[in-house]
Amino acid sequence: MTIPSLEEIIKPENLVYEKTDLMTDKALSYCPGCGHGTAHRIIMEVIEELGLEEDTIGIAPVGCSVLAYEFMNIDMTQAAHGRAPAVATGIKRCWPDKIVFTYQGDGDLAAIGTAETIHACNRGEQIVIVFINNGIYGMTGGQMAPTTLPGMKSSTSPYGRDVEMMGNPLKITELVAQLPGTFFVTRQAVHTPAAVRKAKKALKKAFENQKDKKPGVSFVEIVSNCNSGWKMTPVDANKWMEENMFPYYPMGDIKVDGQLVK
Amino acid sequence: MTEEIIIAGFGGQGVLSMGKILAYSGIMQEQEVSWMPSYGPEMRGGTANVTVIISDERISSPILTIFDTAIILNQQSMDKFEKSVKPGGTLIYDPNGITHHPERKDIRIFQIEGAQLAAEMGNTKIFNMIVLGAYMNVKPIVKLENVIKGLKKSLPERYHKLIPLNEDAIRLGMKNVAEIAN
Amino acid sequence: MGELKLMKGNEALAEAAIRAGADAYFGYPITPQSEVIEYLMAEKPYERTGMVVLQAESEIAAINMIYGAAGSGKKVMTSSSSPGISLKQEGLSYIAGAELPCVYANVVRGGPGLGTIQPSQADYFQSTKGGGHGDYRQIVLAPASVQEMADFVKLGFELAFEYRMPVLILADGVIGQMMEKVELFDQMPRLTDDEIAEKYPWATTGKKKGTQRRIITSLALQAHEMEAHNMMLQKKYADVTEKEVRFEAISCEDAEYIIVAYGSSARIAQKTVELARKQGIKAGLFRLITLFPFPSKALQNLCKQGVKGFLAVEMSAGQMVEDVMLSVRGCAKVDHFGRFGGTIHTPEEVLNALKSKIIGG
Repeated sequence: MTIPSLEEIIKPENLVYEKTDLMTDKALSYCPGCGHGTAHRIIMEVIEELGLEEDTIGIAPVGCSVLAYEFMNIDMTQAAHGRAPAVATGIKRCWPDKIVFTYQGDGDLAAIGTAETIHACNRGEQIVIVFINNGIYGMTGGQMAPTTLPGMKSSTSPYGRDVEMMGNPLKITELVAQLPGTFFVTRQAVHTPAAVRKAKKALKKAFENQKDKKPGVSFVEIVSNCNSGWKMTPVDANKWMEENMFPYYPMGDIKVDGQLVK
Repeated sequence: MTEEIIIAGFGGQGVLSMGKILAYSGIMQEQEVSWMPSYGPEMRGGTANVTVIISDERISSPILTIFDTAIILNQQSMDKFEKSVKPGGTLIYDPNGITHHPERKDIRIFQIEGAQLAAEMGNTKIFNMIVLGAYMNVKPIVKLENVIKGLKKSLPERYHKLIPLNEDAIRLGMKNVAEIAN
Repeated sequence: MGELKLMKGNEALAEAAIRAGADAYFGYPITPQSEVIEYLMAEKPYERTGMVVLQAESEIAAINMIYGAAGSGKKVMTSSSSPGISLKQEGLSYIAGAELPCVYANVVRGGPGLGTIQPSQADYFQSTKGGGHGDYRQIVLAPASVQEMADFVKLGFELAFEYRMPVLILADGVIGQMMEKVELFDQMPRLTDDEIAEKYPWATTGKKKGTQRRIITSLALQAHEMEAHNMMLQKKYADVTEKEVRFEAISCEDAEYIIVAYGSSARIAQKTVELARKQGIKAGLFRLITLFPFPSKALQNLCKQGVKGFLAVEMSAGQMVEDVMLSVRGCAKVDHFGRFGGTIHTPEEVLNALKSKIIGG
């Protein structure tokens, strides 16, 4: 068997996968093995597949994905830490026919922005909230997050999260599912091809809900790894996530079409 | 012409709305006006007062310490504002509930039995309009027709049927105000 | 002549927002300016013009709703009073950094902390020197009447969109709560979505195929990029300082002594000038309309004209007086007088201060 040349490989008839135009050509700033890149890509693919790119405005948070607007090739607004749901509310209320989504990490959405998250969900804003939960503050160097597991080490819980001293991890996704203003609440992951397919399906449902003006927030949590912050190899991080994060943050839909299913 | 007035009494006596009607009447006769209330905890049933200025010229300070006219409707306000009337100025008060009557000799003092007359009319809500009538008689600055015009403009349509009642109350006040010999 | 109404300052501000063709108001109640959102909710502007009104969960959320909507090219306003304005500072810094237009009002009450609900002018430093973090400025308009509460909303939006920066209407409890005669300007149309997309190419209205995407951000991780952005901002502020100074000089032509004041203090000081003139004192009032940009040149000119002293009158322990001193640069005597913490000075107190601190002192 001869090894095909590069020219041969990139022939159009050999094309099996193409990057969506809704991702820019800029190299991702995320660590190798991080879930952010995959999450970005499937959101952009969903927007492209639904033909929404000309009408979509995304909100980038503060955290590792602060530069999401460098990679997502659509109109974007970068919000102050935790305020993305309020920023999204301002846009959506003024542009009810546009598609508005936020992309937020756990510190942004479930600590400093808890009030904005709860109230946007409670008002039933017709937006999509994508919540990346990796149980740690990645950008600032591995500090404890509101979703850090009991006993889990971080730079501000160096001996492990002591729940008596530091409080318990917050299951904010289960919490917002209880609010009448949420229409679709689900928890997904992007660490295996199968998980990515499921997560993309969930995101598609979320954006379709908004497109169809379904009442309320579509809230998609993606449990992800942070191999740098967790101080593990990417492979070990994914294994640790399955063994430790998933039991605490179980996968699957929590609320579908306004009805609790779990 | 500039007329600087303080109206003071209990919250709920219609102090602020009397001031508002006066101010609106001033606008109707093409004058400059300002209406500055005391605000805050007074709104919850304590004392309330409002400074109203009606003038032919641009009004400078809406906040004053001395006044041409004081309209006083309870004892606390009497204690506070009797001394704030300019020498030669006017004090109008309802004697109902007043234990220490005004004693100034350098001002004109008038009484209006507003609370009693309102009770006789069977409608305590028009108390402030009776007092307004008393003021309009003592100080004919705003004309009755302009007060009625102001009421029509400031009240929602559904309350316009109450305007004749208010007019009666004003006339009653005009008739019953009495100067106290000094 | 427009429609004449007797209105509270807060109500005039709210009505003016509707008439100026604002697209949205986002706010949170606080005394002494709750009438703004109460008026808007009662008036149903969504039926009159299609304007959105929303009570946010906090001042922080409200200013971030403003940030989002302003970034998408909409004409938006918020308002609050001192403690609430402190909460908005983060968002305002982002708005200034991202160069977004918006109008907001501070109906100032006494502080610090929860303070008092009575009027004050102690937020001058916060308003004119930045307020939030970073090297930024905002245009500050100081209404001294209910009429100006209405007019400055319209002017504020014009300036905000011309310079793409926040415009603050700095009122106080007196201006917010008092009623005066107002001549309301006629209803202006709201821009259509297409007009916004065309007029404001920087706004995030959805990326059309084959066009560049728009990004609203205040972030530049590279220091040299951030410096360049800052230099551009400073150039804009210099431009504003050159073109947008506004003030009113009353009885200043022959004045030997001038009271410098803004807002309700200027109204009180105007009475002082009347009292002083009756006593043969050649006093004048220099009323600031823009606090940023500060009318430094006009004050310098008064100095050259032979004014012997300036008394800065403000309901604070002495904030604006510093800008007066910086403006006249020692060429005439400058002092400060003001009651504060929610207490209002009287025209007589101001006259006594003028005599003791400037004329006799």
